[in-house]
Amino acid sequence: MADPMRIRATVKEGVADVRVLMAHEMETGQRKDASGKVIPAWHISEVTASLNGKAVLVAYWGPAISKNPFLQFKVKGAKAGDKVTVSWVDNKGDKRTDEATVS
Amino acid sequence: MNWSRRQTLQTAGGIGLHGALAAIGLVPAAALAQAQAFDHAVFQAKTMADAIKALGAGAPAESKDVMINSPDIAENGAVVPVGIRSAIPNTDFMALLVDKNPNALAGAYRILEGAEADVNMRIKMGQSSDVVAIVRADGKYYMAKKEIKVTLGGCGG
Repeated sequence: MADPMRIRATVKEGVADVRVLMAHEMETGQRKDASGKVIPAWHISEVTASLNGKAVLVAYWGPAISKNPFLQFKVKGAKAGDKVTVSWVDNKGDKRTDEATVS
Repeated sequence: MNWSRRQTLQTAGGIGLHGALAAIGLVPAAALAQAQAFDHAVFQAKTMADAIKALGAGAPAESKDVMINSPDIAENGAVVPVGIRSAIPNTDFMALLVDKNPNALAGAYRILEGAEADVNMRIKMGQSSDVVAIVRADGKYYMAKKEIKVTLGGCGG
């Protein structure tokens, strides 16, 4: 299981600003190791964000997203105390879900 | 468990693993209900033109309402902060492409009800290149383009 995500969600005038930092290697599949073999791609392929259980954003990612990916998005109609849930799945099938409370 | 969904995903995308994962609940069901199948083969497109075609975007119109928020010069190509924002109403899909990367598409976002068309991320760039944001609103595609200069590439080892 991968390391937990860091999620910060702050609300201002009804719009929640959600910032997520995920821990992932995000190997591109372009690099070669010392013996010249290509290191296979390993990256988060899909991220789903929900507010109070209702999906608001789905991200589809390729290997061009930076290592330990950062994602920021905004959700309308949020208030303090709402639950933000973020889950990702990588191309090896590993997954992670974390939750934070809007403040 | 939604088997027709599973079959759709598998046949539509040739992404059987992903479809199977989704079906056994690794992806929240709520997301599946709203998000249509996304073909990850788009990420294999080598050039910008191929990627735009694979997204089904046709010939997107350049629009001032699509904004790319990024530095003009990125010191480290491994971490280039890029934001895309659309002021067009009913924006439901956004994608970011990097012209000179080995695979043009960096990320695509489905904006569901409740989210604003304003997403920030960090991407890798192999070299200085144009980045293009593609936005879909009411079935029409719009784009914006910006050049980002990279002083240190992000794909090398």
